[in-house]
Amino acid sequence: MSLGEYLVKNWDRLLELTVEHAVIVLIALAIATVVGVTVGIATYRTQRPSKIALAVAGIFLTIPSFALFGLLIAPLGLGAKPAIVALVLYALLPILRNTIAGLRAVDPAVVESAQGMGMGRWQRLVRIELPLAWPIVITGVRVSAMITVGIAAIAAVINGPGLGKDIFRALARVGTPTAVSQALSATLGIIAIGILLDVGFLLLGKLTTSRGIRD
Amino acid sequence: MTDTVQRSAATGEPMIRLEGLTKRFPGQAEPAVDALDLEVPRGEIVILVGPSGCGKTTTMRLINRLIEPTSGRIVIDGEDVTKVDPDNLRRRIGYVIQQVGLFPHMTVADNIATVPRLLKWKEERIRARVDELLDLVGLDPSAYRHRYPKQLSGGQRQRAGVARALSADPPVMLMDEPFGAIDPITRERLQNEFLRLQQEIRKTIVFVTHDIDEAIKMGDRIAILRQGSRVAQYDTPEHILSAPADDFVADFIGAGASLKRLNLTRVHDVELAQWPTATSDTARDEILATLQSSDKGAVLILDAQRRPLRWVAARDIQRTDRPLMETGLVAEAVVEAHATLNDALNEMLRSNYGVAIVVDSSGAYQGAVDFGTVSGAVQELRRAARAAARAPVSGGASTGETVR
Repeated sequence: MSLGEYLVKNWDRLLELTVEHAVIVLIALAIATVVGVTVGIATYRTQRPSKIALAVAGIFLTIPSFALFGLLIAPLGLGAKPAIVALVLYALLPILRNTIAGLRAVDPAVVESAQGMGMGRWQRLVRIELPLAWPIVITGVRVSAMITVGIAAIAAVINGPGLGKDIFRALARVGTPTAVSQALSATLGIIAIGILLDVGFLLLGKLTTSRGIRD
Repeated sequence: MTDTVQRSAATGEPMIRLEGLTKRFPGQAEPAVDALDLEVPRGEIVILVGPSGCGKTTTMRLINRLIEPTSGRIVIDGEDVTKVDPDNLRRRIGYVIQQVGLFPHMTVADNIATVPRLLKWKEERIRARVDELLDLVGLDPSAYRHRYPKQLSGGQRQRAGVARALSADPPVMLMDEPFGAIDPITRERLQNEFLRLQQEIRKTIVFVTHDIDEAIKMGDRIAILRQGSRVAQYDTPEHILSAPADDFVADFIGAGASLKRLNLTRVHDVELAQWPTATSDTARDEILATLQSSDKGAVLILDAQRRPLRWVAARDIQRTDRPLMETGLVAEAVVEAHATLNDALNEMLRSNYGVAIVVDSSGAYQGAVDFGTVSGAVQELRRAARAAARAPVSGGASTGETVR
């Protein structure tokens, strides 16, 4: 069966898996953004804690995905939950690193004048520092999206949702007539999600960045 | 400048009083600010000036408690603010720094609205205030309100920064080298504009600079600081120039104190030299007679409105082969009466006759500034300043604060 015929016959199933795949990636990114930005805010003004946080997030990224999914079976079982947790851990480093870098790149004179005008710590953070760091933060989210879209396919080994299911199924049936088409169509779906998210975050970044700091 | 300087010293409670203010940074043997006592009178510009590292910026940042003092008291408008909530305190004190520090992601209007919004003013009132301030600092509200800082020139940013500092009409302003990062020509213009603005707003201003010329130009009083923010001399620019308290101050003022003093005097404050004049339709022999009856080398030819046209010397008048108005030299080096003597001297040195022609606002001839005028004025200034320096000294703050 050619790829074309396969797609025509299976498009509703493919669409369903694609949506599943995109949803776990987006959930993981949302959690990773909250955690990464929070840890970034908590540590960017100090050297040691920020280094430690970055090192830990870096270690997560070096754990092979197969191993990490496997390790999470014991505490979290099978399915979507451990898949999302694993994806959050992978997504953390770029977001955390860019949050710290973005907040540190804010012109000290701007922060000083905000303080000198009577803005409290929290007001400075919310109204001045985060909006100015935001373009860098969202670039980190974009990078994390690219990383997690691919890794999410591996979540199928622990019964996770998404296009990985079709890839593993195809691998198990190598040599059968539809195996190649099945693997290929799932891969193309992942690439499509990747491109959509990349463009989506690029646009979101532009729309949520003040005109005064857009280049 | 002379207007502001001659303004009487404020009576009663000073706007800012620093008492034994001390800041020790951890790990430093010497305090950055060592038991500083200083009083800033209401409505005056007090300049903190000194070599780098003397603690002038630290002192300024102690006043709005961006740096917390180790000991001592800060009293603003009679209220001890050493322990009050620093954010509330800062909303009552305008703050302008060298880098301006406009918020790049906000429009000019939103930048200026920052403190009013913190103080929870109504949006309507804020909008009106923003436009009023933009007008005040010479930025057309309709053109600049919605611009972002990156769309402004350096000078415009500085103006927006001043407008932002003035937004909630604070009685006190702190300015840390506000014109330091601006090219010399624009700086000169902003300084003049700011002095004009201050005539209207009469804020109490603490102004930090390392530039003694800026201090002399901008200050009603100058505190010259040495290491540890110790006051070497606290006095009016005139007194500091004419009677430096010690070698440190004299060194800091540097050579040319007399020349610097020329910045303090306006052309209309000195007696102008009178050169022979004639209108352009006067007969040659009459002009020659005028010239010969004076002790000068040339006659200034004026038009019907008494505006200067040309300088003609005796040999020009006697050259009958050409019309009189094509001989001699064009009357250049013209200054208005409110220019400083320093401006006039500059013009004078550029001109052919060593004379700066003084005109009124309609351009009519008033007199001239020549070397005699300048040296006379310098001597007069020196004499006046010496006399004032010997006048009784008030018991108030620091060295040599003189009541006039």
